[in-house]
Amino acid sequence: MVTVVFFVFAILAIASAWGVVTSNNIMHSALYLALSFTGVAVLYVLMNADYLAAVQLLIYTGGIAIMVVFAIMLTLRGDVSDSNPENKVWGWGALVSTLTFIMIAFVILTNADWRILPTPWTGGGSASDISLLLLTKFMIPFEAAAVLLTVALVGAIVLAKGVKVSK
Amino acid sequence: MNLSNLGNLSVGLSTYLLVAAMLFCLGLYGVFAKRNMIAILMSIELMLNAVNINFVAFNRFLWNQKIDVHYVLTGHVSALFVIIVAASEVAVGLALIIAVYRNRKSTNVDEFNWLKW
Repeated sequence: MVTVVFFVFAILAIASAWGVVTSNNIMHSALYLALSFTGVAVLYVLMNADYLAAVQLLIYTGGIAIMVVFAIMLTLRGDVSDSNPENKVWGWGALVSTLTFIMIAFVILTNADWRILPTPWTGGGSASDISLLLLTKFMIPFEAAAVLLTVALVGAIVLAKGVKVSK
Repeated sequence: MNLSNLGNLSVGLSTYLLVAAMLFCLGLYGVFAKRNMIAILMSIELMLNAVNINFVAFNRFLWNQKIDVHYVLTGHVSALFVIIVAASEVAVGLALIIAVYRNRKSTNVDEFNWLKW
């Protein structure tokens, strides 16, 4: 059962990622991106990372995908059906990424240490377990991340608002 | 092909790693091959997402234990930080794209050559 769910959603995530990079309509790309994020969230659930799955759905599917859609709408020019073309050297990109994938897959498939089947999960993964870690062992990075988010959002507002030309 | 046996197969670590590698390379292709800035940003998001799968998969299969009161969830925490950084990156990136668009009326990276002589 778990295997069937895994393969359905892994294929969904990969097929929508394929749609993101091959679609000629950038709005379709953005919607495929949301679909791909949702597939990955289901993979998190299968890996017993419940909290991360919720975070993935809230931040990626709910936040980032919508923000990308808004940016597309604000910058769209011309015909939407040809808004996401390939550049002149896309063949080299395809070659390099295919070679990278073959290399990574070779490493993964030949490494005997990574041929691990799942044992019953005894660790945590819920919000309370992660919050315990975040507020003790990882407190400084956690606070730094909070500052980073605030600064980034303020900076984004300043950048998108534009500087007023002085007269 | 016997479909009733399919439920007994277990999905191991290398399967998750392969899925993540596939997502990562699709994102890499998008970064190399796309002309629209927003498409490149979306491809970067795909790559960060693939890295997150790796973090969680290694945590799930290699660190399934508890030390003192803490579960060993370092991979989950790393993935959380990656998500936070990705969110701020996308906010600043989209703001930059809008700011550039206001000046150049374009989102095509091939036209952004004003630092080139």
